Amino acid sequence: MDIPRDKLLEIYERMVTIRKFEDRVHDEYAAGRIPGFVHLYAGEEAVAVGVCAHLSDADNITSTHRGHGHCIAKGVGVNEMMAELYGRATGACKGKGGSMHIADVDRGMLGANGIVGGGVPLACGAALTAQVQGSGAVAVSFFGDGGANEGTFHEGLNLAAIWKLPAIFVVENNRYAQSTNVKYASAGGDIASRAQAYGIPGVAVNGLNLFDVYETMGVAIDRARAGDGPTLLECQTYRFYGHYEGDTQGYRSRAEIEEYRDKHCAIRHFRDRVTEQGLLGDDELDAIDAQVADAVEAAVEFAANSPFPDASEVTTDVYVNYEEAI
Amino acid sequence: MSEERTLTLGLAIREALHQEMERDSTVIIMGEDIVGGAGSDEPGAEDSWGGPMGITRGLVSKFGRNRVRDTPISEAGFIGAAVGAAATGLRPIAALMFIDFFGIPMDQIYNQGAKLRYMFGGKAKVPMVIRALIGAGVNAAAQHSQSLYSIFTHIPGLKVVIPTTPYDAKGLMIAAIRDDDPVFFLEHKTLLGEKGPVPEEPYTVPLGKAEIRHEGSDVTVVAIAKMVSVALSAAEILAAEGVSVEVIDPRTLSPLDGGTILDSVEKTGRLVIVDEDTPRCSLATDIAALAADEAFYSLEAPIKRITAPHTPVPFSPTLENAYIPSQERVVETIREVMSV
Repeated sequence: MDIPRDKLLEIYERMVTIRKFEDRVHDEYAAGRIPGFVHLYAGEEAVAVGVCAHLSDADNITSTHRGHGHCIAKGVGVNEMMAELYGRATGACKGKGGSMHIADVDRGMLGANGIVGGGVPLACGAALTAQVQGSGAVAVSFFGDGGANEGTFHEGLNLAAIWKLPAIFVVENNRYAQSTNVKYASAGGDIASRAQAYGIPGVAVNGLNLFDVYETMGVAIDRARAGDGPTLLECQTYRFYGHYEGDTQGYRSRAEIEEYRDKHCAIRHFRDRVTEQGLLGDDELDAIDAQVADAVEAAVEFAANSPFPDASEVTTDVYVNYEEAI
Repeated sequence: MSEERTLTLGLAIREALHQEMERDSTVIIMGEDIVGGAGSDEPGAEDSWGGPMGITRGLVSKFGRNRVRDTPISEAGFIGAAVGAAATGLRPIAALMFIDFFGIPMDQIYNQGAKLRYMFGGKAKVPMVIRALIGAGVNAAAQHSQSLYSIFTHIPGLKVVIPTTPYDAKGLMIAAIRDDDPVFFLEHKTLLGEKGPVPEEPYTVPLGKAEIRHEGSDVTVVAIAKMVSVALSAAEILAAEGVSVEVIDPRTLSPLDGGTILDSVEKTGRLVIVDEDTPRCSLATDIAALAADEAFYSLEAPIKRITAPHTPVPFSPTLENAYIPSQERVVETIREVMSV
């Protein structure tokens, strides 16, 4: 598999951006500068980036409560993302959505989603638009191992299969739905095998390996764009932080977390491979690290220096048009 | 004279669907058995169902299965797909069949469709219509007879439309399809066969504008859906007793034309609300509160709400008749407020 050099650089830049963004959000949250609930994506970078590296702004994705990684992978800017987490008027959603509803429809990012499995039918709808209009676009729904136990998962897969929608369903199996282990909550072996019930391809890959995700997604997206219908892609991955910021994580051992951080870091794996194969050099990768660190620092400054929304904003953006005479 | 042509309310809706699908290629329609016969090899299977009451029959032969789609029985799946399609450039119409089924796709309706625009800071729109049958009166029992419109009226981001005449049905459906927000278009089962004049050419009836169905000066009756006809017959009876009843049909519950209601109450000094839905947290209660807040000093008698009881809809005809607000109850209640 040949990934063009420019694409390799972009992939690395996006993965590092996610990691540094999330590490910084972890610190900012702990310092009390970010309100609300926050779920961090660090550790799972190879999934979002390996999938979205195939997509353009015309392709849509739906995301989850753990949505920052999907935003960055899809090209949403870190300034408006950080400002949104800070609840500022300059945020991606003008401060009305926050972490769990961060979105950028111009980039084909149809929103993080506070409802587990909630994005699966929405992605079917985006794929339906592409099919009805013959645009050649695809739609991707990201959801977790927990989401695969929702009714919407089964309804969405069936609908996409019978209509041959250009959709790819990406399960991010990070082994824990909040604190509940996938071994307890999901019957029938790996989640990818559920695809058989709907007569569509189901593939499980090592989601900590960017190249595996990228390659498998390439096959799925070719199938979708050719009009042959959806694919279920299970990416087996791991989250470095808790379910939410503040999670004491009594359900998994410190040793397990350390093992993943030390031995199964997707970014380190990618970097080792591209440098060993002479595809990219340490100098240019170090330069990206430095540039991303600056961008995240600038995003925090942008957010912290941005105004909060005016209170009058409470009542705007509910409807496009609502004329009520009282 | 096209104004003299009459159609049933159901066929007026069908004509609106045809005309809008013809006008705008982004309009699609989907739902369970809206065409019928999908997957059957039987000759004549195609279009053998046509949705509830056959209203969508004939669409597929004109617009094809790409835009007219039978769905599996997956309400969360296809209502959610309508939301996603609306957010990405189509104008889907999703047919939920009976409003009683809303529990299955409700997350996609109220957590997704109704809120996308707000959550995204106004950077998305969700122009979709959800059609559903409402109402008691055909012995369809507890899970196929409810009204439930107050639930959707309660939710910011949704609009709620209930036509009571064929003319309004066509004009409100066209307005709902062209509207850029998610609209619940609710069709009372017992009104679908009602006939009335309907112009052939496309036209809109604006959302958020009530209609005064009968002018009067002594008491204002706000009646919803099927209750409009009950209120009008009560008004006729009372006219013979010298009581002048004004009957207002809100036509859309969200947005609600409170101005027309309040102007009328200020004129008459009395308000009765007739609502087939159950009473708690209902439209009847909401409209009563509006008048109490905004027109208290115009009131000459207590506001009265005539609603169904706080029960499920019963099956047996005698029980169902007792459940639905009757003309007699409306007449008695108006006499009561007139005696104050």
